[in-house]
Amino acid sequence: MIPLSHYLVLGAILFSIGVVGIFLNRKNLVVLLMAIELLLLAANMNFIAFSHYLGDLAGQVFVFFILTVAAAESAIGLAILIVVFRSRRTINVQDLDRLQG
Amino acid sequence: MSFLQFAFYFFAMILIGAAARVVTVRNPVKAALYLVLAFFSAACIWITLEAEFLAIVLVLVYVGAVMVLFLFVVMMLDIDVARLREGFARYLPVGAVVAAVMVIELGVVLTSGRFDLESMPRPSGHGQDYSNTREVGLLLYTDYVYAFELAAVLLLVAIVAAIVLTLRRRPTTLYQSPARQVRVTKAERLRVVQMPSESRNKENQGDPS
Repeated sequence: MIPLSHYLVLGAILFSIGVVGIFLNRKNLVVLLMAIELLLLAANMNFIAFSHYLGDLAGQVFVFFILTVAAAESAIGLAILIVVFRSRRTINVQDLDRLQG
Repeated sequence: MSFLQFAFYFFAMILIGAAARVVTVRNPVKAALYLVLAFFSAACIWITLEAEFLAIVLVLVYVGAVMVLFLFVVMMLDIDVARLREGFARYLPVGAVVAAVMVIELGVVLTSGRFDLESMPRPSGHGQDYSNTREVGLLLYTDYVYAFELAAVLLLVAIVAAIVLTLRRRPTTLYQSPARQVRVTKAERLRVVQMPSESRNKENQGDPS
């Protein structure tokens, strides 16, 4: 049988990949948003693993809410991305150095 | 090795590979597609953990909606990938070191025996008549109903915010203004001209012949 620690290590590896993604793609806003999705996926993986091993469904309910918030976050993030691209013609983070649009 | 173990390690390998490709691949479109693969593998792993409802939600909502939104946006923007990749090789060593340290630290903590099969045995699983969707629904609509309603409001706010942010009024486009159409009065549109009435005989008199 698979111990709980394997699921947790899988979540840890996913989280680290997400952090590395933020390091590597710090100029590309789209990939930054994708890396954040990976971080949230790692958190959800831990929630569901604990929910199964502890026999408590509350963990799954929390994953449900995290999915809701993540969907809202990515929708608004992409909307802001489009607005930024319209006014600046770039999504390079380093070019976004002015406050007033 | 049981089928469950094989499935878990197989999907975990695909998941980690796809996640690594998401952050290293050059083209953002390919990154989005690899992220789809990662979410799908994660959904498969969740099914082995008896979270069928959330696995299906992940596929439907994430793969079906959010990732398609990502793909739309990535393809709509005219991105100069070469400039965005500047500094990739420079930050690769730092990122790899940070990731390795994080994995090692978490691995040491998580495999210390607190979460192994002796202290936390895997539950035997439910029977065929167990419905995960039903159980989650029962919990969601009783204990967590306020949070559920708040989540609905949050989604509404997100919809409105996303639409308002991207709404664009071009100055050259012609619009109807229903408010002004309704507000208009008779005096603005209708002009009554006073003029003497004319008879048929007068018209004959004016004939030059």
